[in-house]
Parts: sequence; C-alpha cells; structure tokens
Amino acid sequence: MPDDLNWAIGGEAGDGIDSTGKIFAQALSRAGRHVFTSKDFASRIRGGYTASKIRTSVDRVESVVDRLDILIALTERTVHENEDELHEDSVVIYDGERSTMQDVEVPHGATALEVPLKRLAEDAGGAIMLNVVALGAACEVTNFPIENLDESLQKRFGDKGEAIVENNKKAARMGQEYVREEFDHDFPYDVETTDEDYVLLNGDEAIGMGAIAAGCRFYAGYPITPATDVMEYLTGRIDQFGGKVVQAEDELSAINMALGAARAGARSMTATSGPGIDLMTETFGLVATSETPLVICDVMRSGPSTGMPTKQEQGDLNMTLYGGHGEIPRFVVAPTTISECFWKTIEAFNLAEKYQTPVFLVSDLAMAVTEQTFSPDTFDMDEVEIDRGKVVDEDDIDAWLDEKGRFQAHFPAADGVSPRAFPGTTDGAHMTTGLEHDELGRRTEDTEVRVEQVDKRNRKVETAKEQEKFDYREFGDPDADTLVISWGSNEGAMREGMEFLSEDGIDVRFISVPYIFPRPDLTEEVQAAETTIVVECNATGQFADVIEHDVLERVERINKYTGVRFDADELAAEVKATIAGETGTQEVQAE
Amino acid sequence: MSSDIRFTDFKSDKQPTWCPGCGDFGTMNGMMKALAETGNDPDNTFIVAGIGCSGKIGTYMHSYALHGVHGRALPVGIGVKMANPDLEVMVSGGDGDGYSIGAGHFIHACRRNVDMSYVVMDNRIYGLTKGQASPTSREDFETATTPDGPNQPPVNPKALALASGATFIAQTFSSNSQRHAEIVQEAIEHDGFGFVNVYSPCVTFNDVDTYDYFRDTIEDLDETDHDRHDREQAKDKILEGDKEYMGVLYQDENSVPFEEREGVEGSMAEIPDGAPEGAMDLVREFY
Ligand SMILES: Cc1ncc(C[n+]2csc(CCOP(=O)(O)OP(=O)(O)O)c2C)c(N)n1
Ligand code: SF4
Ligand SMILES: [Mg+2]
Repeated sequence: MPDDLNWAIGGEAGDGIDSTGKIFAQALSRAGRHVFTSKDFASRIRGGYTASKIRTSVDRVESVVDRLDILIALTERTVHENEDELHEDSVVIYDGERSTMQDVEVPHGATALEVPLKRLAEDAGGAIMLNVVALGAACEVTNFPIENLDESLQKRFGDKGEAIVENNKKAARMGQEYVREEFDHDFPYDVETTDEDYVLLNGDEAIGMGAIAAGCRFYAGYPITPATDVMEYLTGRIDQFGGKVVQAEDELSAINMALGAARAGARSMTATSGPGIDLMTETFGLVATSETPLVICDVMRSGPSTGMPTKQEQGDLNMTLYGGHGEIPRFVVAPTTISECFWKTIEAFNLAEKYQTPVFLVSDLAMAVTEQTFSPDTFDMDEVEIDRGKVVDEDDIDAWLDEKGRFQAHFPAADGVSPRAFPGTTDGAHMTTGLEHDELGRRTEDTEVRVEQVDKRNRKVETAKEQEKFDYREFGDPDADTLVISWGSNEGAMREGMEFLSEDGIDVRFISVPYIFPRPDLTEEVQAAETTIVVECNATGQFADVIEHDVLERVERINKYTGVRFDADELAAEVKATIAGETGTQEVQAE
Repeated sequence: MSSDIRFTDFKSDKQPTWCPGCGDFGTMNGMMKALAETGNDPDNTFIVAGIGCSGKIGTYMHSYALHGVHGRALPVGIGVKMANPDLEVMVSGGDGDGYSIGAGHFIHACRRNVDMSYVVMDNRIYGLTKGQASPTSREDFETATTPDGPNQPPVNPKALALASGATFIAQTFSSNSQRHAEIVQEAIEHDGFGFVNVYSPCVTFNDVDTYDYFRDTIEDLDETDHDRHDREQAKDKILEGDKEYMGVLYQDENSVPFEEREGVEGSMAEIPDGAPEGAMDLVREFY
C-alpha cells in the first residue's frame, strides 16, 4: 500500500472548492508527490454539496479509497457527507466562529480543529481567502512545507496582480501559525516532498493534448459535461499549431462540420457525451460509408436520457459498438488510464486515416474529472508516430484513375483501403455519398457492386486485425485461478485493489482491455482461469456480454451503477466475495 | 486556375433522372455556369448536396463533392471551408432539407458567414418523398399528409436569413437561366455566406407553384430602384406579402468571412510526420 494521505475540501457550489483543490493538488505535485484527485462521489442529500478530494503519496496512486485523513469543512453538511470515511486519526478543519458551524459534531473520535478561517482571512486582506487560510492550516497538520503552496498561488492568482498573490501567501501562513500556536497536538501525518518533477492533468486534457500531438487541426463540438474540457483545452491551443475549434449549434452540426473538415484533408475530431452521440449517430453511418477518417470521442456519463450528468457510468459500450442503422464498420478504442487517453487519441487518428473509417474514442467521467500526476516523459512527443494511410497526390494519382481518367475514391482494393485525394488535387475530383455507390462514388443499386462495396468496407477491419496490435494490458499473476477483466477507467482501482487482495492471500490475473472493436480474443485466457470476473460501471454488464459471446462461456460480473466509480478497497471486497461465491452487485451463475 | 474551364466540365457522366421539365435542371445549369464563370474548376471546387430530388446535383455535377444526410449539408460545407479556405465551396439542397430538418443550421450558417454559397431549390414541396407539404408550402396546400393544407403559414427563408444576420440574400427563378446564373455568380463572389433561394418548380407534385405562377408574379429587382445595400429596403421587400422578387435583396458591403475573422490561413491538410514542433511545451504547461 502506498503511504498515502487522503484530503478533501467540501462546501457549497460557489465556495471555490474546485480551485482550492486544484491549488493544493498542484502544490503537492510540484513538491514531487503523486496525486490523484476526484470530484465524483455519492451525495447523501440532494443538490448543493460539492467537494474536491485528493489522494497523495510518494508512490504512484491510481485510485480513490474510502478513507479521509484531512477534511476542510466549509459547511456542517460536509462533515455529515463524509462521516463514513472519517476515522480516529482524521482531522476536520472548520471555522467554529461561524454561526452556521455551531452544531458541528466530529464523528469517530476524529480531531475537531476549529480555525477562525474568515477572521484570519480578513486580517490577511479579505474574507474571500478563507479557503487559503484553511490550506495553510492543513499544511501545518500534515507537516507539509508551506512554501510549496506559493507557486500554485502564483499560478492561480498571478494575473490578478502581485498584491493579491502576496495576500494569499500571507493568508496561508496565518492559517499555519494559528494551528501551530493554538493547538498543542502531535498529528500523525508527515507529507514528505521529493525532487521529482511531475505534470498534473485530467483525461480530457490528455485527449486534447493527444489530438494536437497527432496533428488534429479541426475540432467542432457542442458543450456537454464531461466532454467540454476537451474543447476548452483545444480552444486557443490548437490555433498555435494552425488549427481551429468551432463551437457548433448542436451535435448534428458538430459531427457534420468535423466530417467536412476531414473530407478537406484535415485531421479532424469531435467530442461529446452520450446524448450527443445519440444525435450524431445518423451521420456516423455516413462517415463510415463515405470512408472518411474521423475521431469521435465519447466521454461517457450516466444515462439514459439526461441521467445523472455529473456521474460516472460506462453505459455506452453497446452504442459505440452497435449504434447506427445498417451495419457500420468502425473502430472502438477505450483508453484505460489518463496517460493512455493521450496515446490512444494519437492511435485513433492513425487508425482513422489508415483505414478511412470512423473511430470511437471512448473515455468516461471518472477520467475526465480526475487529475493525476505523471512524469513528463510519459508524454514524450518524440515517440509520436503519424501514419496518414493511402494519401495520393498529383504525382501518383494516375495509378488510381480509371480508363476514362476518373479518380476511384472507393476502389475495392485487396486490403479494402482505397486511395485518398484531398480536394485541390488535380484530377482527383470525385463525389462521395451516403448512398451505396460504386468505386467512383456514384450512386448504385447494382447487386454486385453493392456486395463488393460492403465487403470492401468490412475488409478494412479485417486488414486492421492483421496489421495492428489490438492487445490487452496485463497485471498480476498470469497463472492465477481468478481472471479479472475490465475495460476503460477501472484499471487503476483494480490494480490497487489487487494489493488489498494479496494482503488477504488472493492472487488474481488482471486483464485491462483498451480495444472494444476490434478487440483481443480472450478465449484462451478465460478457459485457463477457474473463475472469470468482468468488472464494469454499468447495470447490465455490456462488456461481460461481449466476452461471453466471444468465448462461449459464462463469466461472473461485478457491476456498479450508482454513478460513482469503484474504490480500490470496495472493488477488492467485491472480487473476494465473488470468488467466494457470494452474491455481488449482480451475478450470473457459472455453468 | 485555367481560364478555359467550361461549364460542362462541371457535368458528371451520370444522366439526371429528374422528371422532364423539373426546375432543378435549370437550377443546376446556372450553378455550373456560375462556377465556370468565376474561374473555378472541378478540382478546386467542393459541392455539398442535401437529400431530396434537389440533392441529386451532387451526382450530376463533377467536382469534389459530398452527398450527405438529410438537412446537414451546411455544416459539412462550413467544415470543408474552415479546413481549406482555398477551395470554392457550394452547398445546395431543397426547401425541406434547408428550412425544415436543417433549419437550425440555416440560421446559424447565416450568422456565421463562412465564405461559401448556398443554393436552395425551393419547389414548396417534398419532391423525393412524393409530394408532402414542405415548410414553404402554402397554408391551404393540400397533400396526402395535409388534406386541409398545413394550416400554418409558410416560413419566409429570406426573412429568417435577414433576421439571422445574413450578409447576402438573393432569389432567382430557374427558368430565367441568364439571371439565375448571374445571381448565383454574385453569391459565389460575395465575401461571406451567399444565400440564393431559387424557385425551382416541381412539375409532378406541385400544381400551384408552377412555372406560370412564378413567371406572372416575379419581378426583377434590376428593373426597380431597389438598393441592395439598404437593409430597410430589403426588409420591406422580403416581408411584402404577395410579390415575388428576383435579384439580390440584400448585400452587406462590409462583410468579412468568419474564417478570415478567425484567422484561418490556408489548408489544414498538411501536417508533420511526428508531433508538431513545440508540442513538448504543452506537457510543460501542466507542471
Ligand atoms: C432523417 C431523414 N428523414 C427523412 C428522410 C426522407 N426524405 C428524403 S428527402 C425528404 C424531403 C425532401 O424535400 P426537399 O428538401 O424539399 O427536396 P426536394 O425533393 O423537394 O428537392 C425527406 C423527408 C430522410 N432521407 N432522412
Ligand atoms: S418529383 Fe418534382 S422535384 Fe422531383 S424530379 Fe420530379 S419534378 Fe423535380
Ligand atoms: Mg422541395
């Protein structure tokens, strides 16, 4: 187990919770500590409550756990909301001078640390800085050198002027000194610093950065949680590389703009969440039929319909795998970590262009709202490879003209991949359509041509299976009796869950699958295991269904659809129960 | 660009299957003439066609082209032009495609003012699906799905365009081939979104909005003292009840295309073999 500290600040929307969390996370990262943040968790009461949680350690942290060591409570409710996670060594920092905080009762023998946050902030220059006073107090409690806050305060407030930055630094120190002087208490925390340099980013930012690295030049989108950060990241930044973000009037427009840009030769993408994918689905078929390279990112959230827009779910697997009328060749890639969000985005662009096929890049809310630390070489730009596939120019276009000099944009090549000429290329003029068409792109209902074109488009996927590596990521004991399979963002929780399991003497083999279609064939792996458990954040076990279909064998399932991602310890307990044959959240009897 | 481009170079070798006498023949011919006349050639032209009888022009014309899904031609055109402003982009479709299923895109394309032309073949009917009411059908126009007529007034696309901030609003009549081609040419030459509503009669399913009707009611703005740069005059003409006009109703002289305002320079098609130079700075930003 990493020697970790779990910290949180909670209050009402508008209390600056997110930015305070960000300041502390950045300070920890700059101090050479690993950080894993989260904003998605269950709320006991409806509406209004918001919190930012940070797990930090000198070792890597890949997940959240259900334990809180330090809690900054701006409201009484914050204490209630986190009751179950507090323990006797926990420290709850709150402003006991506030009339609304008179009834606070700190549970489980945890320490109540009353700090006059507002009064000290006013002394430092303004009540608005009370969160920063609390940060200073937290530094003292955790023995974290307060200078580490300075750089992130500078980053956060620098554009408001030096005076504001200085006031904030002062506010932090006042919180620190207050605790030092008023409480004669030895806290059991010691947040060490290291010389490591880390970068701190979330999954949406990793996707955006991956897109720029991959040469994406055009992005069209319509704001939707939790995909908006991809668009906001790219806005302004993509311009520095000759690209443009366009905010469309809706998702129908967004995907069609992105399609137009791709037809014009740009590497192009759109990102949305489930409701937007619904709207894009008709055009998705057009993208595939017109053989246009396009990356469509689905940052999943809880559905159906508007569902729980700020909650986690992996409910769109079937939609990305099967969505759209007719039969649509496609790729579905689902990165399993935040750093993989970067690399898989680059791969998605290469797949799209090599095979002139739409690629669903499927991420989820848990990754989108989590910030995690990485060594900067995790994103080594020198490692980025670009493959644009069969693009032809003026010099080699002749080979692809028919006897009448017409460009064959849908030529039924042996590998299924036709030549691609960007508009502007002499002699390349051609039309393409969502109607079934011949090799020239002309509408047809000729039975032979129909079959030829359907086969040709499907053949691209077969070619990709031969040429690409659609591998899984593997952890744990390859010979273990128990095989756990998951897709998407559960990888981190399961990896840490394995440490809990091994403390209980349980070894498992863990396969984390980033490719949904085409995907690795797991028949041998499932057959070699005594028990196979598929873990996913949805109610029906969409990936488990797919695995059963592939390997013709029943699997056990662990499903979570509360809207909250798996905690490492919780997942470990579920796996343990499933192995013991107890009912998990949902179980299918093994045959 | 070669100067010896003829309008027939924009013709594909597919013979149109429109009903004999369909207005779309004349509309398409004018579009091809206007493209040739403005010095474009098929290799630098991108045509986006909607779905409908009108949308078939994508097949009958020769250029880079996409025939997409019903109602979404405008966003495709915007994407093409943003990604490569050097291309001549022309979008075309029917009244149902543009003012019903795609009406949202129409309003926003007017606002956005990307430099491209939009030619709507307005026959006041759904031709391809065999004769249902369209958004421009008359209030009492009886069809199989509207036995008593739509019972709602037709949409006025020119008014929608004006209210949405369009910078070029024109109307033509397909059978006046000379004027139609001239006006489409002006739409192409306009620096921004050049919108042309074309009366393009459906001889099979619309026996009300016929060639005779348009011939009798349409007045050429060139024969009036209309000032196209005067928004008030344009508004009055557009909202006038029982008259049809041919010509440029409105043109904003100071129009600057969206892509220019956004600083898009040249094609986005070319990219380096690896990550672009300076990409590592993006990583450092996250320190
Ligand atoms: C999503 C969708 N809904 C319905 C249709 C059927 N449809 C095809 S064309 C059309 C209307 C065409 O009318 P218009 O745009 O005026 O074109 P016209 O045929 O009159 O030229 C309809 C409803 C479709 N292709 N796609
Ligand atoms: S149905 Fe009408 S619009 Fe369609 S081709 Fe025939 S005449 Fe033209
Ligand atoms: Mg029509």
